[in-house]
Amino acid sequence: MISIQGLTKSFDQLEVLKGIDLSVEKGQVVVVIGPSGSGKTTLLRCLNILEVPTNGVVSIGEKILDFSRHVSNKEIVEFRRQTGMVFQSYNLFPHKTALENVMEGPLVVKKEGREAVRKKAEALLSKVGLGDKIDYYPFQLSGGQQQRVGIARALAMEPNVLLFDEPTSALDPELVGEVLKVMKDLAKEGMTMVVVTHEMRFAKEVANEVIFMEDGVVVEKGEPEEIFVAPKEERTRQFLRMIQ
Amino acid sequence: MKMYLNSIISDPERLERLIDIAQSSLLPMLEGAILYTIPLTLITFVLGLILAVLTALARISKIKILQFIARIYISAIRGTPLLVQLFIIFYGLPTLGLTIDPFPSAVIGFSLNIGAYASEIIRAAILSIPKGQWEAGYSIGMSYTQAMRRIILPQASRVSVPPLSNTFISLVKDTSLASLILVTEMFRRAQEIAATNYEFLLLYTEAAILYWIICFILSIGQGRLEARLDRYTAN
Repeated sequence: MISIQGLTKSFDQLEVLKGIDLSVEKGQVVVVIGPSGSGKTTLLRCLNILEVPTNGVVSIGEKILDFSRHVSNKEIVEFRRQTGMVFQSYNLFPHKTALENVMEGPLVVKKEGREAVRKKAEALLSKVGLGDKIDYYPFQLSGGQQQRVGIARALAMEPNVLLFDEPTSALDPELVGEVLKVMKDLAKEGMTMVVVTHEMRFAKEVANEVIFMEDGVVVEKGEPEEIFVAPKEERTRQFLRMIQ
Repeated sequence: MKMYLNSIISDPERLERLIDIAQSSLLPMLEGAILYTIPLTLITFVLGLILAVLTALARISKIKILQFIARIYISAIRGTPLLVQLFIIFYGLPTLGLTIDPFPSAVIGFSLNIGAYASEIIRAAILSIPKGQWEAGYSIGMSYTQAMRRIILPQASRVSVPPLSNTFISLVKDTSLASLILVTEMFRRAQEIAATNYEFLLLYTEAAILYWIICFILSIGQGRLEARLDRYTAN
């Protein structure tokens, strides 16, 4: 479903990603872990081209972008429409209700009919447990509720891949569970997901593959048991010791 | 001051005359307000805002030539007196064979002015919307234009209501300058009446009070608009 070859990204002089190769099969959940500044969020943002890679090839589904040549905005927008993203700080549209947040993409981007979109949005909000909050504005919702609206908003575009950028990092501890539960349900349904997170429990339970990144490179990747129980690399061991 | 008041109090006929003038001038002045001051303000503000949004978009676009044109326009309008701009349009352009009536001249002059000043307000408001809002728009597949129109501008318009209200209220008062290019708006009516009876203090004060009332009503409207737009924020 996703394949990345030789991905690099530099901000001015600073090289944040130093050549990443990665592939994700359809229906897989890949969790990316690593210390802050390791480039994991940048990697995720390169997957939907919120950051334009400096070089390398990124492909999702049928579409391929080769950043060794110029890539137009139109190509980027087309490519991005295959993905959905859930942000650390939710980034809901504050001037729209939960329902309107979810409806916005299908309505404006896909230009689907309003009634059908409304039904779909209501169903998605029920699915994330917010069927009774559809007319609430973001400021009237808790962090966990806002993040679940964020997930519903991403799902409304029926993406091939869902990207999660530290989806629970801004949440109060007691609200983390409700968001993780929604994510686990999605994983069970076979959604292809790439998740940057510090939630090691989630990684152990849900991930098909865990990727440990540091200093802009993939240090080690493997099944959760391999990474968490018997990491091969010293740097992975150090990181896991620090967070446990 | 004392002499003026004494002359009124000690002379009942004078007082009666003043009351008479105040009353009889009210109608022509209100007519000036309703036919010219208020329409001029409203038309100009709408046209000016359209121009301002376009200018703001040009200013923040990545296209260098658009940025450049917008900068020159803003700089020229802000760097020259409004009165001089009005005089160039009304008294100057006929030299080039371009004669424009007073009211359209005023509309052009004031719109260009509002366009330049308000564009900086709108630009600042657009830039004040967090980057995450753009990214959220992009993440559901929006183009730049869609994100701007659906996500950024609605939020930016909320941010820009208080400063734009200032611009609007200034505009109401600035329309009095149109009297100098022969638009018979409220203040010109006051001047015309004062020229026949020499009661300058009375008539200009009356005009001032009428401007004040208009602005007061507008500021109530501003409060209502802000309250309405505040419905989606906690504070």
